[in-house]
Amino acid sequence: MSSPTRDTMLLKTPFHSRVEAACALNDWGNWMGYTTPNAYFDVELEYFAVRSTTGVFDLSPMNKYQISGPDAEAYLNRLVTRDVAKIGINRVGYAIWCNDAGQVLDDGTIFRFSDNEFRLCSYQRADDWLAWNSLGFDVTVENVSTDIAALAVQGPTSCTILTLLGCENLNQLKPFGMAHYEFEGRPLMVSRTGFTGDLGYEVWVPPESAEALWDQLFELGRDYLIKPFGSHALELARIEAGFLQANTDFMPAEEVVRVGRTRNPFELGLGWLVDFNKPLFNGRAALAKVKEKGSKYRFVLLDVDGNKPAEHSFIMKNGKVVGTVTSAAWCPTAKANLAYAQLEMPHGVVGDELIAEIYYQRELHWTQLYAPCKVIEAPIFKPARRWQTPAPPH
Amino acid sequence: MNQYDAIVIGAGHNGLTNGAYLAKAGLRVAVLERNPYIGGATVSRELHKGWYYSNCSYVSSLLRPEITRDLELPRHGLQVVPFGGGATFMRNGDHFGNYADHDRHYREIARHSKRDANAYDRYAADTSLQTKLIRPYLMRTPPDPTSLKPRDLRDLMEFAQSFMSLGEEKLLDTIKFWTASVGDYLNEYFETDVIKAHMAGSGIIGTALGVYSPGTAYVLLHHYMGDVDGNVGAWGFARGGMGAIANALSKAFQSFGGDIICDANVDEIIVRNGRAVGVALKDGTEYRAPIVVSNLDPKRTFLDITNPKDLPASVVKKAQNFKIRGSSGKLNIALDGLPVFNGLDPRNRLMAGDLHFSDSLERQERAYDDWKAGTWSKDPYLDMMIPSLTDPTMAPPGKHMMSVFVQYAPPKVEGREWTDEDKDGFEKSVIDQISNYSPNFKDLILHCETRTPREIEAEVGLTEGNIFMGELTFDQLLFNRPFPGYAQYRSPIKGMYMCSSGTHPGGGVMAAPGANAAREILRDLKRPNTVPGGYADD
Repeated sequence: MSSPTRDTMLLKTPFHSRVEAACALNDWGNWMGYTTPNAYFDVELEYFAVRSTTGVFDLSPMNKYQISGPDAEAYLNRLVTRDVAKIGINRVGYAIWCNDAGQVLDDGTIFRFSDNEFRLCSYQRADDWLAWNSLGFDVTVENVSTDIAALAVQGPTSCTILTLLGCENLNQLKPFGMAHYEFEGRPLMVSRTGFTGDLGYEVWVPPESAEALWDQLFELGRDYLIKPFGSHALELARIEAGFLQANTDFMPAEEVVRVGRTRNPFELGLGWLVDFNKPLFNGRAALAKVKEKGSKYRFVLLDVDGNKPAEHSFIMKNGKVVGTVTSAAWCPTAKANLAYAQLEMPHGVVGDELIAEIYYQRELHWTQLYAPCKVIEAPIFKPARRWQTPAPPH
Repeated sequence: MNQYDAIVIGAGHNGLTNGAYLAKAGLRVAVLERNPYIGGATVSRELHKGWYYSNCSYVSSLLRPEITRDLELPRHGLQVVPFGGGATFMRNGDHFGNYADHDRHYREIARHSKRDANAYDRYAADTSLQTKLIRPYLMRTPPDPTSLKPRDLRDLMEFAQSFMSLGEEKLLDTIKFWTASVGDYLNEYFETDVIKAHMAGSGIIGTALGVYSPGTAYVLLHHYMGDVDGNVGAWGFARGGMGAIANALSKAFQSFGGDIICDANVDEIIVRNGRAVGVALKDGTEYRAPIVVSNLDPKRTFLDITNPKDLPASVVKKAQNFKIRGSSGKLNIALDGLPVFNGLDPRNRLMAGDLHFSDSLERQERAYDDWKAGTWSKDPYLDMMIPSLTDPTMAPPGKHMMSVFVQYAPPKVEGREWTDEDKDGFEKSVIDQISNYSPNFKDLILHCETRTPREIEAEVGLTEGNIFMGELTFDQLLFNRPFPGYAQYRSPIKGMYMCSSGTHPGGGVMAAPGANAAREILRDLKRPNTVPGGYADD
């Protein structure tokens, strides 16, 4: 299978034959260069599969890099802002990486297999940046994106279904843990990770196992009401859960043309991922300065009055625009009207009361609305099952 | 001591909502419940081990989102999951599927009639117009048309304006709509029997009227005006059964310091010098409070727990004449597996929706004829659901829970009380009908709870087993609910209020009556309002 580039036709994932058969609405989109379903049968019901039963999302197009060698940990510690030494073996860590100016390039997850073996999962393609940074380190960086097929299996019954698949004692796996199994004679790895904010796992297999994995999952999961879900449902789930999306909530610094459109980790609410105890990492000096002098922006979650999503809204304080919304949705499980916004400092401390200028259209008639909103500390949706170990059966 | 600022009688969803808003305003509130468990008709019960039954109300749409959000019901454990769609099975082995996706829906109707598929958009627009008229009034107290108070005049004027702004043609349509039968209304759009029959069901559910009885078009609207996450007309399941709604409301209520007292069977509201001062239980216990709120239906409120001598005679008469006729029953069934229905792939997601077997208006009208003759329908209209296809907590894996709402069942059989033999006959008519379309159904039955109006009245306290606590006909809606002159949640007795589904905006698990009543009580107490306003519906 060839690697995706910008000038190829859309590619098909190893699950494509199954995905196509399940995609009753024939509604397709382009996600990272692959043909992926926007919706399979009903966006709303797909979203609710994730929240009430189990939803399955084909995340094979994610960029995956295997990083190995004696300097693997040191290399990653140079690359990302958090301390990789604190990620234990068979654990997964969320991380961001910056350029030398301390501006965020991307976010992703680091899987640690052993002392010297890691996998970095990123949203952006990072071959160039990763190779460039490896100079001077005894490390091998390999793009394994097409060598691994992956499904996100997310929702309250997901642990039960994967246990039936042969993942013994999976309910003992802690959040951000990894476990290794065999599936039809080939390796199968499960991590308790996801992008939905619910109890859920990601399952990683060689592409040769993909179709059989899909078939067995759906066969075993039938009594546990397993359903596939597409990109639209995922978008709703991730907003409700409070997850940032590159290119939506921030611009990857490498792609930014205009001055001032990049963001540092503190401006994205990700300061907790910056570990200044590390003597050296990309952007450290710049970020130390930012930390001292303060940032220009603050990234906040807003609880917006009423039921009209504050998509693309200006955020105002005392009649003056102080920021804009990056993502917004009416969240069906939290029953809240949530928005993410980037605000100019010093606005946006928790409890700050602001106004969202919302425009919405009904039958070609536009209405302008000034909806009061309030800065909240954390997403409203936070089900106990997401963090419980042992994981509950449903 | 048993002294409170307010006492609410009945821990159904409206009683709990009312209590929550009073407690949120700082009042010391007790909600008294006759049964050992809360919820009233909003309840989940494990009547067969491993199976949970929403054994009264069974689906949610009308529950006001403003209340869900304001009382933080999701934080208190409530999750409403829509099911989207449904089907009517036909005697010829075919079916009509009602898909939520617009294009799929079009193709399915077109399979039966291209004309109907086109007409559906006109039907949907006209029906939406009617929901838009009524929805803004759900979270409001109906204005009193005889009052000269500025607030009533202003609200009446606004009400009139929203009608007048429709223009002549649409206003005439509206007047017709509010008085028409659902059958006649649907005949204006559709030619196919099964499509009309599928849609007409919403016009008769819970109502002792037939598809050709005037006024049933509004009942259809009552089932369309709710929403799940802004999808007007959509319905869903509360995860864990309908009891999850009552449980979340009770947690919200308790978070404001409210007390719930179960096994507290109210005998009488104590009235001194024309003022309610508390309640006396059947066991003699007394609770005192200057505010007493009844969440019982209007008949039980004014004829059962109030002494007629404390009431104006005219109100006693109005209560006696209040229309609350029983029309339905319910079967809750534990199944050993998924039943297979003729002509539908069991993996089709329509199986998770509302399922029916009446494929013509004619059959629905004949079912009503049986009710008029004083017996249950031999060929009943069923609203059947398998919630365990959406909610994995309702039954063990691979097993299923089925909820079958049955129309019609009379409050009395040929003028006499129901007997156990009648109940068996009623149950048989339902199971036989389902079996006609599902060959493996009978063999899967592990347990069946059958409720005729007799059981519903005895166990839940709904007079005659009427699920809406009074029929939803125009003579009993808005400023007529429950009676003209008493539609603003106040009773004729000072300090005594009403908050049940017998008040505006009526039945269904809406919680709006409870919230609206709380707002009026707080107004009388000159306390700041804690009840949210309605979302704009534009």
